[in-house]
Amino acid sequence: MGLNCMNKVMSNKWIITLYILPALLLITILIVIPLILSGYFGLMKWDGIGAMEFIGLDNYIVALQDSKFWQSALHSFLLAIFSALSLIGYLAVALILASKLKGTNFLRKIYLIPMLLSSVAIAQLWIKVYNPSNGMLNSILRMIGFENPPAWLADPNIVLYAIFIPIIWQYAGFYILIYYAALKNIPESLIEAARIDGATPLQIALKIKVPLIMNVFKVTIVLSIVGSLKYFDLIYVMTGGGPNGASEVMASYMYKLAFSSYNFGYGSAIGFLLLIITLIVTVIIRKLTATDEEIQY
Amino acid sequence: MRFKKAITFSVVLFILSLLLVACGGDDGDNGDTDSATSDTGSGNVKTVKFMHLWPEGSSAKHHQVVNEIIEEFEAENEDIKIDLEVLSNEQYKDKITVLSTSNELPDVGFTWAAGYMEPFVNGNKFAPLDDVVESDLADDFVAGTLEAFSVDDVTYGLPLELNISYIFYNKRIFEENGVEVPETLDELIEVAEVLNENGVTPIALGNRDAWTGSMWYMYLADRIAGDEDVLTKAIDREISFEHPALIQAGEELQRLVDAGAFVQGFNGLADEEAKSMFTSEQAAMYLIATWDLPNYTTNEDIPQEFRDAVDYFPFPTVNGSGDMTSYVGGPGVGLFVAENSDVKEEAKKFASFFVQQWGVKAVEDVGVIPATKVDPESLDLPQMYTDVLNDLNDATNITLYVDVQTSPSTAQVHLDMIQSLFGGEITPEEFAETHENTLASEE
Repeated sequence: MGLNCMNKVMSNKWIITLYILPALLLITILIVIPLILSGYFGLMKWDGIGAMEFIGLDNYIVALQDSKFWQSALHSFLLAIFSALSLIGYLAVALILASKLKGTNFLRKIYLIPMLLSSVAIAQLWIKVYNPSNGMLNSILRMIGFENPPAWLADPNIVLYAIFIPIIWQYAGFYILIYYAALKNIPESLIEAARIDGATPLQIALKIKVPLIMNVFKVTIVLSIVGSLKYFDLIYVMTGGGPNGASEVMASYMYKLAFSSYNFGYGSAIGFLLLIITLIVTVIIRKLTATDEEIQY
Repeated sequence: MRFKKAITFSVVLFILSLLLVACGGDDGDNGDTDSATSDTGSGNVKTVKFMHLWPEGSSAKHHQVVNEIIEEFEAENEDIKIDLEVLSNEQYKDKITVLSTSNELPDVGFTWAAGYMEPFVNGNKFAPLDDVVESDLADDFVAGTLEAFSVDDVTYGLPLELNISYIFYNKRIFEENGVEVPETLDELIEVAEVLNENGVTPIALGNRDAWTGSMWYMYLADRIAGDEDVLTKAIDREISFEHPALIQAGEELQRLVDAGAFVQGFNGLADEEAKSMFTSEQAAMYLIATWDLPNYTTNEDIPQEFRDAVDYFPFPTVNGSGDMTSYVGGPGVGLFVAENSDVKEEAKKFASFFVQQWGVKAVEDVGVIPATKVDPESLDLPQMYTDVLNDLNDATNITLYVDVQTSPSTAQVHLDMIQSLFGGEITPEEFAETHENTLASEE
């Protein structure tokens, strides 16, 4: 009865429209229109206060030749690569947690903690950890014999990677949770059958479990890469993109231009480019990870 | 049955979403109708809209004094009513930008000097205030403060605060390590070396915020150039930024860095972190402006023991060159009157009244040094305030912070370059060249 009724509802075009309309309206007003507007502001010379002056594609042309923009784009892509690689680590942790070892329940909760903290709290926490003279990290390093541990957030060669670590830590809980749920969905009978056939736990993990959750894994690749490209929070709070742009990413550069330099036109153009870059990357990843058929056993 | 429920549910959702949207739209319009009614007022009473950035929570004393001034003004002028709106600093900045785009600035509000207010002046948002200054406030302001709120010799803001910067130091740490207050840069470097040998951090500096490091650079440039204010001239394009004094300032700065004068990892520390190093006696010196005076005199949250140990000295000469009565500093906030205000005369009257009253109350009640002249003898103040006020009266020059003098986008370049100069990633020549190119491209 229920399913029947559902089909009836779904076959009525009006009902479908009615269902979609509220969300569609909200998305249009809150996301689509601002997107178009920011593309439009990108065509203007505008300080955010006075009159706008139409300058065509100048902002976009300047942006494409702006070494600082490309430097920040490089940083964003580095972050994307690191995040994508760390997915393997998350998966490994999830595989262990999903096995029936003792204490995994407790560990699972620990891994979830960073997900419950706000970005600003995480940033403040790691600022303290990285403090060059009183920070936990350098205190430990000094204790085990390093005389001059680096000033993590001040050294332009290190700062970017120093921020990657809390970012990777921040998202661990989220991805582990997704993998954990997917792994728990694998029918126990498959694993038991493999075990009877003499497969080792490692073989079960790599040849049965991982292929079965491949679709989930692909989705998380897209999520983590897109999320990294537009990443902003920790970097803004921990270094503000400094020293002198050494940890600048595209989103923080956009923010700096619009709200510190009062260059809203150029900032909007950078924002629009960020959108285009993210779109292109998403399409490419979808193409690369597309498969014809689902794996089934 | 279920079908019906689904319909009702989706209709409710739809209406809710419409409501949401409608509410969003309504919010924006609210301000509009508000100001329209307040402009006309009831009867003969005129309403002046006033916005300030000292909320009760974070600036209790400021807030209270503002309210007192408003009460007095309303008592004296029964036909004028002040309509008050208070926001915190960052929110205030955001809101002012938005309001000015839609021509809805309050009749009287706060602005920052020079580069910050230029877009507003160019967009004809602020009213010229020369008439107010001439009739009510002539000779009231400390030299240089009014100029910072002027564009092309027309005054657009009435300054409220004035800060100059000093090197604050911990007397106890100095005594324990047997060092004296330095009078030249070489002596400062020697002090730093002695402190370093004894395992004490010489100078706390939070250069993530870069304006802190900028003050060090500015002082060095000021001392090296002597009487000539090369920084301001270079920014005004009278001379090139590649002036020898401006390059030498960079060299001396890197000499200080190489001598280990600053705390390790300063480029990654925020000013707040550096400040707490100084107040918790982990560092011996700290260059900051006089807005921090309460922390060294009256602020009960800071241990008495530390406050007793703090004193200040003016920035040393660069080995004899430079005038120690020349300061880096400048006015903080000032009052503007909106150009399109319907009650401009009343607004000007209030702004003028406010500045005069603030000048009387600021030091004693709030601990802020006003931009109007104060006679320290007439007030009961902590010794440090009296000293600073006397210094101010004897000041030969005040160079306004570079990041306030220049346009916001040049300021950003300056701050980025300061971090690189401190970090040793660029040479002083490259530092000067980048500034020269940026300033030249803006002409």
